[in-house]
Amino acid sequence: MSQGVEVVGLYVRDQDEALAFYVDKLGFRVHTEVRNGDYRWLTVQHPEQPSFQLGLFTPGPPVVDAQTAQELRALVAKGAMPPLVLVVDDCRAAWDRMRARGVEFTQDPVDRYGTVDAGFRDPSGNGWKMIQARR
Amino acid sequence: MPTAKGTSIPGRAPQDPELLRRLLRAKDRMDAASHEAWPVGRLARVSGVSEAHFARSFKQAFGVPPHRYLLTRRIERAMALLRETDLSITEIAFHTGWGSLGTFGRTFRDITGESPGTTRTRLRGTVQELGRVPACILSAAQRPGLEIAVSEKRRRGADVINGSDEKEVP
Repeated sequence: MSQGVEVVGLYVRDQDEALAFYVDKLGFRVHTEVRNGDYRWLTVQHPEQPSFQLGLFTPGPPVVDAQTAQELRALVAKGAMPPLVLVVDDCRAAWDRMRARGVEFTQDPVDRYGTVDAGFRDPSGNGWKMIQARR
Repeated sequence: MPTAKGTSIPGRAPQDPELLRRLLRAKDRMDAASHEAWPVGRLARVSGVSEAHFARSFKQAFGVPPHRYLLTRRIERAMALLRETDLSITEIAFHTGWGSLGTFGRTFRDITGESPGTTRTRLRGTVQELGRVPACILSAAQRPGLEIAVSEKRRRGADVINGSDEKEVP
């Protein structure tokens, strides 16, 4: 595919904490890391999906003002950010593996609508649904 | 006293994101097992704060007190079971955490405006393509709103029935 969405960003509480989570626990790898003063552009990608990057960004000046940054941090911590969906071949196997690594599951795997899904959160509060690919 | 949208509530400091993240953990636990009993002490322990602090902070964070939030989850789960299973209404009452059919039926009616049996008939009459929407999103979208306490809702319902419509003075 030569066209499509390349980066979607997530707000996280702390970039180092998020990086450790997405790389060590979920198996993503770093795609880009660029620092400019306090600002740090950081994206990760799934090894099997090299055309897409997930940005891990902290809300803050100068991109947003301090008051807005505080509100965004609160929204993330309340789990109010939009849904994220991870697709896997085998939901139960992924759940086993991720749970052993300390991922905080909010819903254990459930058979539903002809597939299996589970739910987890990243350390910041972003909620993920993990759905088994339909065959 | 209503406050204008977008302004902070006077005398209330913004909540610490670290605390909010821990409050979210309590909310997640209720979501995962809404049929279980969730006394404030248990929820406060999940969040690592005192009971008094928990109840106040939860309401400030999520807009409803924890017990009322739990009720909305139970009603929503009951609606899903009414729609998708053949369980009897008594079984559904016990599956969703009520101690008696009477309490379930009354609370369900107070919140949704109709009885569980009527709801079942109505939901089954509508064919929906819901399988492509993640279940958590679906359940959130179908959750009944409970901006006011159930007792207040009950009282307002009675007012309507009695034809009393004072208030709403401009």
